[in-house]
Parts: sequence; structure tokens; C-alpha cells
Amino acid sequence: MRPAAVVGTGQTHHAAKRLDVSMAGLCREAIDRAMADAGVDWSDIDAVVLGKAPDLFEGVMMPELFLADALGAVGKPLLRVHTAGSVGGSTGNVAASLVQSGVHDRVLAVAFEKQSESNAMWALSVPTPFTMPVHAGAGGYFAPHVRSYIRRASAPEHIGAMVAAKDRRNGARNPYAHLKQPDITVESVQASTMLWDPIRYDETCPSSDGACAVVISSHPTSGRAAWIRATALRTEPTTFAGRDQVNPQAGRDAARALWKQAGITDPLSEVDAAEIYVPFSWFEPMWLENLGFTDVGQGWKLTEAGETEIGGRLPVNPSGGVLSSNPIGASGLLRFAEAAMQVMGTAGDHQVDGARVALGHAYGGGSQFFAMWVVGSEKP
Amino acid sequence: MTRPLSAPLDVGFDYTRSLGPTLGRFLSDLRRRKVTGIRGSDGRVHVPPLEYDPVTAERLHEFVDVAATGVVRGWSWIPEPLEGQPLDRPFAWALIQLDGADTSLLHAVDAGSPEQMGTGARVRARWRGERVGAITDIECFELSDEPAEEPTEADDVTMVTTPVNLHYTHSASPTEDPFLRGLMEGRLIAQRCPSCEKVYFPPRPACPTDGVPTTDQVELADRGTITTFCVVNVPFLGQRIPPPYVSAYVLLDGADIPFLHLLLGVAPEDVRMGMRVEAVWKPREEWGPTMQNIDHFKPSGEPDAPFDSYSQHL
Repeated sequence: MRPAAVVGTGQTHHAAKRLDVSMAGLCREAIDRAMADAGVDWSDIDAVVLGKAPDLFEGVMMPELFLADALGAVGKPLLRVHTAGSVGGSTGNVAASLVQSGVHDRVLAVAFEKQSESNAMWALSVPTPFTMPVHAGAGGYFAPHVRSYIRRASAPEHIGAMVAAKDRRNGARNPYAHLKQPDITVESVQASTMLWDPIRYDETCPSSDGACAVVISSHPTSGRAAWIRATALRTEPTTFAGRDQVNPQAGRDAARALWKQAGITDPLSEVDAAEIYVPFSWFEPMWLENLGFTDVGQGWKLTEAGETEIGGRLPVNPSGGVLSSNPIGASGLLRFAEAAMQVMGTAGDHQVDGARVALGHAYGGGSQFFAMWVVGSEKP
Repeated sequence: MTRPLSAPLDVGFDYTRSLGPTLGRFLSDLRRRKVTGIRGSDGRVHVPPLEYDPVTAERLHEFVDVAATGVVRGWSWIPEPLEGQPLDRPFAWALIQLDGADTSLLHAVDAGSPEQMGTGARVRARWRGERVGAITDIECFELSDEPAEEPTEADDVTMVTTPVNLHYTHSASPTEDPFLRGLMEGRLIAQRCPSCEKVYFPPRPACPTDGVPTTDQVELADRGTITTFCVVNVPFLGQRIPPPYVSAYVLLDGADIPFLHLLLGVAPEDVRMGMRVEAVWKPREEWGPTMQNIDHFKPSGEPDAPFDSYSQHL
């Protein structure tokens, strides 16, 4: 496998409603920034990979068809990736594999969601005949599993609020973030409305319009490169008897494969920054355990000790994460791009000092699709 | 073999599109009874206007007025129009190259009969009286050599609503079918995997772990344990149960996988993981092939199940 690197990243200003642009215009805002960052032109791009979440979210079947012009894909290979909420991450991994395999020299990966065109909660709660209509969107799906985590790990109740306050404060340092709440506190999060008990309003991701793009290349095209040291994708069924919904096997397997490929034996010591898919605050400690940063049941202690803050032992979501911006299809690629920005030193006010190795992570569906990569400043 | 049970599933939403500068101009002009194209890098005039050039991928800026009259470049006769199509009588879908355009626009032609239609036929737009800034502001095209109606004044539009309505017939699987027919008799029928011996309720055609058909039928009682739950306080579009309500995973005694159902008869703050519950059925005359025959679960009054008895089902 030949080396590949992220050589440019771009994202939109994320907001609840980007009524000033079409879907194509939204994608191009991110693409134009990524290509300028990479110092490349359309003639330098060999193939385009597009990621986006379920078509019901915008009501456009196969948007990759009508977006081909805007994506600069005419006359080039164009692939659409779809793995629910993890799709942005999977898109990055597919694009990376096209370069690592030697099939293409430079690939543009793009992911987007224009949530304002629809209502994701409606789209995720379509009542199927013969069943009990108790489904209540993603929050309703994940809240019982958060409760299970709290019980199994004997985690104190304020951990979720700590994560939310940290991520929103981080988001205030990110010029592209949808939510910027520099004055948020653990107490104000705890005082917010309980939506899907045990998940509060302030512990929930927003609904955003936004896009993200990265240019992946076999050779540096600008002065900077985030070398892709490892990628991993794993999947499991939504439900089966004995399934661990708190600490899914697919996530553990993906992480194990990822660290091995990256040559990392002690993730907590060797990773300088992590962009982890945390749409509901409690998923920070859950995924810290699932990813092997801590032992099972210990993730919340890292959060409680403040070690996941910028300046802590493992800064988690210095960008503000999904809790600050959630254009669903793009959210995974944003994690991957933000990880690359950390090791390229381009993260601005949310830069982790001296970050040389970073994790990008995404999950989707009912915690059943996992996508991750490790990027580093050194060429492997 | 009898046909599996089926039921209608209707999915509909009024999607709202933000148009951006290019499509916004096109639809605003349609509202004014004007058709606008855009010039590409190779000089071709694209109608409808493209936001980005298909050759260079650069944003296009040079709008070009074209006529609301043109020529049919290809067509297909629709003898039985479907819901949502432009006309409720037989019509032609046609690719129409408007005068001044280099590409063809897809629209309907109200030609009366296929004998009247032909490639090369001249057509003109039939404008709708009430125009909102949508492609349907052109009601359809009609066979004519005459010019279309003159443009008029109208405000710009920046958004368009595009309703999508899908009508499915949802069919139960052959495995689901006996389960649903059991529910009609107030019976809870599960299936056991012959390999791992896990009991699935609702049953599956194949064990998700072993991949083998689940062949052994198991009847379960209507009581079990709450493994975990959430309290839904948030209202949302399409919600069937008014909030707040407790959405709980119920692990029936003898089953190896919990399912989501509604828990009532207890204050949300008093619900516990491990709580023992029993089904409250709707009146028999209301029963159908659905899990909704169980109106809800309620606490049975038994002592809570120990954590270890359900911890592997979380």
C-alpha cells in the first residue's frame, strides 16, 4: 500500500438553515476551500467520492446524479458512499483507499447534509405497519443505551453535562461551528430541558446545514500533509441476541485493527488529539472505552478529570465536534478533516499544541457502522 | 401458501429547497412568464440553467433569455397519468429545445393523442395563471406555431416547496406472518435458532448470528423485564403517542432479545431498569395483526429482576 495524505481541507459555515445556497452551492463552498487549501485545480483531481446520509433526509433520490457538475465529476469516476451517520468517515476511507491502492493519484472526498430541507427526526421515525410506534428519532434510539452505560459504568450524572459544556466551549473557538456558546456551564447544561431522559437538550447535537471536503493525494501539493497511517471500517447488524449496544463489537474490532495498522500500542499516550463522533454527550466516555483509550467502565473518569479538554492528556473534539455542528452526512468527514487539520497545524484557535498524531472517528445507524482513521505529520 | 399480511405505508413530506442564485433566477423568471438559460464555457446555452459548468466545473454567471417556444426533440406518450404528473389526461413527456437554447428541457406536451405528437413539432409554453416560482408555472407545452404569452412583473423567489408522497404496500415476511396471526389471537409467538438456541421475539427469518433459518416455534407469556428505557419528552412531526411517554425495552421471559414498547401505569421518574412488567391488551374486538394489540406494558408488582439476569441484553 503506498502512502497517501490529506493535502487540503475545507468546510462550510454550518448553520441551522443555509437558505442562501442550493445543495450544489453548499458542497462547492467546502470544495472550493479544500482545493484552495491543497493548492490544486480541477485538472489535478482524478476521482470524486461523495457521502451523504439517507435520501429521505432531503427527499432527493441519488443526489450524486444531479450534483455531478458541481462536484467537478463530469468525465471522472464518481462514487457515492452510504453508511448512515458514519458516511462522512466512510467517504474519507474510500477516498483514501483509491489513492493508497494506486488507482488514482488525487481524489476529492465530499460529504454534505442540508437538514433544513427536511426533518430528520420525522425521517427516522416513519411508522412501519404492524409495529409499535414508540420510535422517537435518533435521541429516542440512543437514550436507553446511554442509560445502560451510566448503570454499567456507575458513572456520575454530571459527566454528560461536562462533555456538552466542553464541546460547546470548543465550538466557540471554531469559526465554522454552528453553535458557539463560550459561556455555557455544566450547571446551565443540567438546567436545560430533558428531551429523551437521560439526554438533555444541551447534551444533544443541533440540526445543521453544512458540507466538508478533503483532497487526498499520493504526494504533497502544498506545504502541508496529514499522512494517513491507518484506516478501519467495521459493521454489525442493528440487533441480535446478546448484542452489546453500549460497547459494540464492530467498534472494538475497528479500533483494534486501526491501532495495529498505525503501529500504536498505547493510544492514550500516542494520540495527541481525537475527533470522535459524539452526537449525544454521553457517547464521549462510551467511545473512549470502545476505542480502547481506557478500560471498560473507566472512560468517564478521563472526562471527569478534564483530560479531554484542550490542554488535557487527550483533547477530544477540539473543534466542538458533532455537538456543535451536525450536518449529518458531513459530520464524519468533519471529524476526519479536523483530525488532519490538527496534525497539519491549521486548526487555528482550536489547535492542540504540537499535535502530531490524531484520530478521526465516525459511527452510524444503530451504532452499527464504524469508520476511523489515524493521521500523522510524519510520512510513514 | 397464503399471501403474507400486508398494509399500506404512506410516507409524505413537503421538502423545502433553498434555490441559490442560479436556480432562484430561473424560477423567479418563470413566475414572470420568462425562461432563462445560462451560457456555458463552450458557448452552449443550458436550459434549465446549470449552476456549474459541465466542462470546467466553474460557476456559471452569464444568464441568457430564451423563448417560451421551441421544438420537440424526443417524446414518450403517457396513456395513464400518475399522481403528481403535470396533466390528468393522456399527454407526452417531451424533450423540448427552446428557441435560443442549445439543450433540451423535459416537460409535458398536451397533445391530445400520440398521433398529434412528433419529433420536430413546434410547441409553446402554456403559462399557469397563478405562478409561484416553480417549474410547474409552465402548466405544460402545447402544439403551436404562435408565440407564448408576454412576460409580466413578479417578485423574486428564493425557496420552493417540493412535496414528495410515496405509497408503499408493506408486506410481512413469511416468518413474521405466523407471528402477526398469533397476535390476532392474543398469542406471542417467537422463534428459536436451531444453532445458538437464542429465542427471537419478534421472530426473524434467519438467525442474525448463525445465518440459519429459525425453525422452532416458541410461545411466550406476556410478561417480562424492562432492560433499559427512555422518557420521550420531545414532540415531533408524525408522532403517534403524545409525550411524555416511556419507551422501554421489554425482555419477555424466555426471550433472548428485548423489543421496544410503551410503558404506562407508573410515573416516568419511578421506572427502573430491571422492573418486572406485564402486557395490558386492548379489548379483543380491536385486535389486528399488530404489536399494537398490546396497548402498553405496566408494572406487574413482582420484585425487580437482578441486574445480572438482563445485563447481557443491554
